[in-house]
Amino acid sequence: MTTPAISVEGLTKQYENLSAVKAATFSLPRGTICGFVGPNGAGKTTTIRMLLGLISPTSGTGTVLGHSIAEPEKYLASVGAMIEGPAFYPALTGAENLKVLATLGNIPVERVDQLIDLVGLTGRGKDKYKTYSLGMKQRLGIAAALLPNPELLILDEPTNGLDPEGIQEVRDLLKKLASQGTTVFVSSHLLSEIEIISQHIVVLRKGEVVFAGAIEDLLLNQKPTIIVRAENESDLAKISEIASSHGHHVTVRHGEAHIEGPHEWAPILNKLAFEAGITLAQLTPTLPNLEETFFEMTGGQS
Amino acid sequence: MIHVFFAEWRKLRRPTLLLGTFAAALFFNGLITSFIYLMIDSPDGNSDRGRSVGREVLGLASGSVNGFASIGGLLGIIALCVFAAQSAQEYTYGTLRNLLVRQPRRLVLLMGKYSAMKAFALLLTVINAAVSIAISVYLSTNAKVSTELWFTTEGWSAIGHTLVNVYISIVFYAIIGIALGILLRSPISAISIALVWILILENLIGAVKPVALDWMPGNQLATIAQGGTPSISYSHALILGTSYVLLALIISSALFTKRDVAN
Repeated sequence: MTTPAISVEGLTKQYENLSAVKAATFSLPRGTICGFVGPNGAGKTTTIRMLLGLISPTSGTGTVLGHSIAEPEKYLASVGAMIEGPAFYPALTGAENLKVLATLGNIPVERVDQLIDLVGLTGRGKDKYKTYSLGMKQRLGIAAALLPNPELLILDEPTNGLDPEGIQEVRDLLKKLASQGTTVFVSSHLLSEIEIISQHIVVLRKGEVVFAGAIEDLLLNQKPTIIVRAENESDLAKISEIASSHGHHVTVRHGEAHIEGPHEWAPILNKLAFEAGITLAQLTPTLPNLEETFFEMTGGQS
Repeated sequence: MIHVFFAEWRKLRRPTLLLGTFAAALFFNGLITSFIYLMIDSPDGNSDRGRSVGREVLGLASGSVNGFASIGGLLGIIALCVFAAQSAQEYTYGTLRNLLVRQPRRLVLLMGKYSAMKAFALLLTVINAAVSIAISVYLSTNAKVSTELWFTTEGWSAIGHTLVNVYISIVFYAIIGIALGILLRSPISAISIALVWILILENLIGAVKPVALDWMPGNQLATIAQGGTPSISYSHALILGTSYVLLALIISSALFTKRDVAN
């Protein structure tokens, strides 16, 4: 059995008055795309920094590609990473920036031109980094992460600043890399993106792992929901009362009531609403998607 | 470490940095060397702090590098500023995290940075020595300075000694610059603190208590470049200067290898 690409147990980072990561435990199988999600300040970047040997954990253990995170020199040659957005020397060209990293990592500099083409920066490699748009900087950051032809690719918000076409390109690139055996660990705020490309997910909230496993398992465990929209938004409070009085949990957001309950209860609710003089504009039985599940797990924080 | 050296060299050789640094160094070099010859008969002196360097001194075997030795301290300060900025910018740009992912052995990365700095300092020393000597030869005729002894065996030996002394001084200044950059993680703070200390505070302290200058780090490094001064011997400056630099090396290495990279 192959070792997991990433495995951490009880990983903790404590600053003076702040627990950035609390006893995080999760494992990531090789050759998959794993989403790493959580609200701002949940500890995602701190966890990634610990995996890359940039900061030392206060306690806990972990392995990356089978090597202890205490010895990053043993695995980082096979890891590509973009942490907290791209960071390069403004006065150097995009290509020169990549050549600095290629030279440092003993990677053939010929790879630089290939990667510049791959990430869609053809013709802009000789321009100074400071002249790049946010999307171009992001593309250069992804190229830098791909330099070592990595077994494990760790990307922190890779689609930040990209236009829809760029997002689609990154999505396709990550899928292609995963199909070739690369493990991708990607943090993102775009939960719909994570849902589309990932097989696994790690959800972090206030430094704690609240879920780690297959996305399928996460969604299957969620209760079915009925989404209700009333003709008059003011009627939502009354609908909530009706649902609650029948023992169903209700949350109201974005002008909709999300009522936990089996799909069979939808016609009953329709009848009860009609009897109460409420006209429904929408009544949709649904299984929660990742975004709804995420809001549920993280207490509504984004 | 060779990979770190070449990666660092890619950054150091960029035209804006290389040409900017060398243009500044050569400007001051040309100015100060010319001043010695053009103002040789001035009653206000023709060297630093109003000192007079006469034809007898310039006509000695070491005369060709008299100007170069005077500029050594200033070249060192330029190197200090350049390398303080280079090391601190790794933190402000956030590029250090990229470097550490590609070279996680932090001490190897730091030593490679020092190696590239030494190569840069060598280039700075040799080019400035050549230009200073060329200016000296060119202006010596009008200044009626004898160059008879300049290129004798003794003259070449003096050139060699001065080159080594100025090189040591520049490297020492640059090491302190790198250490300040790592310590403060801000180019502006690192450079301003270094300049305020070397150019203002040391002189103020020296004005109040002249004997204190014998122990000031900036003064030791400038004295090394000059091969000793009437008030501070070369060996005293070298031993004390080396001690300060070793301390800076130890502190910067400990910080660089142990500190979390959180930006």
